[in-house]
Amino acid sequence: MQRLRVRYAKRGRLRFTSHRDISRAVERAVRRAGIPVAYSAGFSPHPKISYAGAAPTGVASEAEYLEIGVNRPCDPRRVRDDLDASLPPGLDVLDVVEARDGNLADRLEGSMWELRLPGVDPAEAERAVKEFLAADLVEVERLTKKGMRRFDARQAVRSLAVVEGPGITAGQETVQPCVILRMVVRHETPAVRPDDALMGLRLVAGFAPPSPPAVTRLAQGPLDAMTGEPADPFAFDRAGGDR
Amino acid sequence: MSVESLFPRLEPLLPKVQKPIQYVGGELNSTVKDWDEATVRWALMYPDAYEVGLPNQGVQILYEILNELPETLAERTYAVWPDLEALMRSEGVPQFTVDGHRPVRAFDVLGVSFATELGYTNLLTALDLAGIPLEAADRTDEDPIVLAGGHAAFNPEPIAGFLDAAVLGDGEQIAIAISEVLREWKAEGSPGGRDELLMRLASTGGVYVPKFYDVEYHQDGRIMRVVPNRDGVPTRVFKHTVMDLDEWPYPKKPLVPLAETVHERFSVEIFRGCTRGCRFCQAGMITRPVRERSITTIGDMVEAGIRESGFSEVGLLSLSSADHSEIAGVTKGLADRYEGGQIGLSLPSTRVDAFNIDLANELSRNGRRSGLTFAPEGGSERMRKVINKMVTEEDLIRTVTTAYSNGWRQVKLYFMCGLPTEEDEDVLGIADLAKKVIKAGRDATGSRDIRCTVSIGGFVPKPHTPFQWAAQCDHETVDRRLRALRDALRSDKEYGRAIGYRYHDGKPSIVEGLLSRGDRRVGKVIRAVWEDGGRFDGWSEHFSFERWMAAAERAFADEPVDVDWYTTRDRDEHEVLPWDHLDAGLDREWLWQDWQDALNTVEVEDCRWTPCYDCGVCPTMGTEIQIGPTGRKLLPLTVI
Repeated sequence: MQRLRVRYAKRGRLRFTSHRDISRAVERAVRRAGIPVAYSAGFSPHPKISYAGAAPTGVASEAEYLEIGVNRPCDPRRVRDDLDASLPPGLDVLDVVEARDGNLADRLEGSMWELRLPGVDPAEAERAVKEFLAADLVEVERLTKKGMRRFDARQAVRSLAVVEGPGITAGQETVQPCVILRMVVRHETPAVRPDDALMGLRLVAGFAPPSPPAVTRLAQGPLDAMTGEPADPFAFDRAGGDR
Repeated sequence: MSVESLFPRLEPLLPKVQKPIQYVGGELNSTVKDWDEATVRWALMYPDAYEVGLPNQGVQILYEILNELPETLAERTYAVWPDLEALMRSEGVPQFTVDGHRPVRAFDVLGVSFATELGYTNLLTALDLAGIPLEAADRTDEDPIVLAGGHAAFNPEPIAGFLDAAVLGDGEQIAIAISEVLREWKAEGSPGGRDELLMRLASTGGVYVPKFYDVEYHQDGRIMRVVPNRDGVPTRVFKHTVMDLDEWPYPKKPLVPLAETVHERFSVEIFRGCTRGCRFCQAGMITRPVRERSITTIGDMVEAGIRESGFSEVGLLSLSSADHSEIAGVTKGLADRYEGGQIGLSLPSTRVDAFNIDLANELSRNGRRSGLTFAPEGGSERMRKVINKMVTEEDLIRTVTTAYSNGWRQVKLYFMCGLPTEEDEDVLGIADLAKKVIKAGRDATGSRDIRCTVSIGGFVPKPHTPFQWAAQCDHETVDRRLRALRDALRSDKEYGRAIGYRYHDGKPSIVEGLLSRGDRRVGKVIRAVWEDGGRFDGWSEHFSFERWMAAAERAFADEPVDVDWYTTRDRDEHEVLPWDHLDAGLDREWLWQDWQDALNTVEVEDCRWTPCYDCGVCPTMGTEIQIGPTGRKLLPLTVI
């Protein structure tokens, strides 16, 4: 069975999809596109599509990943075009490769996130980031499926910085001061998510943006030892010979 | 006047609410037409949560048909959950459509589809959020025409004060006709304002405008008469019937949501109407006669629908799907076409006596088995004669035996409690029936891994049915019988563990009864409930019986009526009923005779297979039964 690895983006209004919404949309798009997806055996067959580390509901992403098992060999470029055409605008297929060995999820060691915070003073953001990075441990709380959990939001954060410049908040016409934070977070259990980092900033530095941030995952992949940033998780598959 | 999208104002609220995806639109096959290029603009509402409203066939059909008209646009709006309602109020964001996120008040028509009366409070929320006055009398030329449709619109009197107009029956042709009246009136420069527009609609005879009718009452609270209060308004308003469903093959492009909804499938109506004659069934009475869609049109619609949607399940909808004259050809043809293609078929409404082994095999051929549900409705033979659900115990046992021996392990049986003339023993008869079902399954399969679920709810007498005169059973009696049935099922050592039991308690049925057979005076109750916070009354976690009763007590304080008067009271033959001026084509004398037959346990056959028994619909409406067989077959699809 051939396996195809897909990188896709979740943009604009479609950032409000949950991972369950996305899996339904992908299953239907695969069917509409006529991709010969393989099905599991058994009483209630399921299409062989697996998802790796979906971004939370409400968070946009340029780097989501899934893997499709197909019955007969497919040209990855054609699958990219057909699947993209069948998905609603906003769920956009960026890249498809044929899988070589190894588990894709294992390669997704970390993520780079961007947080746009309208109405925030850049100097105050700088100060909060500095205090956060200076701490060894920043305990935050989040409601998980297992109830309220306390965990450290500091150690997983590999880098965190204020990117200069005012901007325009997505969808809003008025230009207002906007701080952009960029951070690289190592994937751990429980996962440290952008809102956990924001809560950490509030706890250590009293940093409280007036409105919810617009968050985007920019990249996901193996963390490069030199740069500390996520590298292309498909590099290994591509090295196997791109047709 | 251009209308701007509210989305930039809505977007910051979305991270704070549950399931925000339901408010963003962008469904596959949805349409956003240019505002300024359209003359007539419809906002179509299903007054429940998006997850319930989106799959609604009626709204999807009208949405598609109206958007196909060159000068008309249609967008959709749904009830927002209380979390978003609170934020919209605090941030001043009005009720919006999910397509263009345009304010509902900017549209010409707000068309609301009422499948159930429990959506009435949600209508008020939407009007209020939209900035449209709740009472039709307070509206101006700046407000849309608020138009009701759907089955509940066959008695719109409880919400008459909140509506400008209502239409009865099939919506396809009347929606187009209304659009045309609006287009002409606007092209003339909207002469005479909304009053003239409503007058033009009313004078067609196909649109009910409540304010053009006065209701006069007797001292004791009964209605004396309902009469037009101006010239040119018809004394009776008739329902609409689409003949030849093959000419109306909608939905062609089903809406495919990103959010999870209650029906994740492509649905095709395989016929409309039902003449089985079940006396409790409003749908069967008001949608006559039977009009089948042909096997080939069904095949074409399924093919296009799957291609356009990517759904993996096809629902063959109707009031009794196994009754289609070519159901065997339809199911076999579709199962052949999609063999190995992971497409499941389901028949949501299947009569016990129309189910057979071939049908069972076709439905399960691709390896998927959706649940089987049968509705004997009454627990005893006598009860089933009263309601004219002509299903014998032998039918049921034979059918479930077929199902169990063809691999189904679970069968769901649906019943009602509180039917006219019902005694405790009729309800307890359900327990005996369920035990026989399990025994038949065990005998047929040699396995003890056999289950059945008994699902039961309270009966509500509905307008335009023979039971429209009947006293509704009080909720104490319903609840007592439901408990007795539960005990009878649970206490059985041999079968009890194999039988599941699901029931709805009797209180919500009383409110539904009040709203179903209510008159204009009930409007005050609805408004009082809504002002007291009543929302989403179809959801048990939001519904409050106490709130309804308290509101009714206040609203009826100066009236000679109360909740019991509307619900548990027997009506006599000549009492003027609130919906008597609204005509479903049914002959009133025939309905009364059928009610008497019910009391005498006299059954009526189906007019598809026996001579006409003069229910009155076909001659009144100029319609006829349209059924096959056509003799045609579904050919294999050419391989893509």
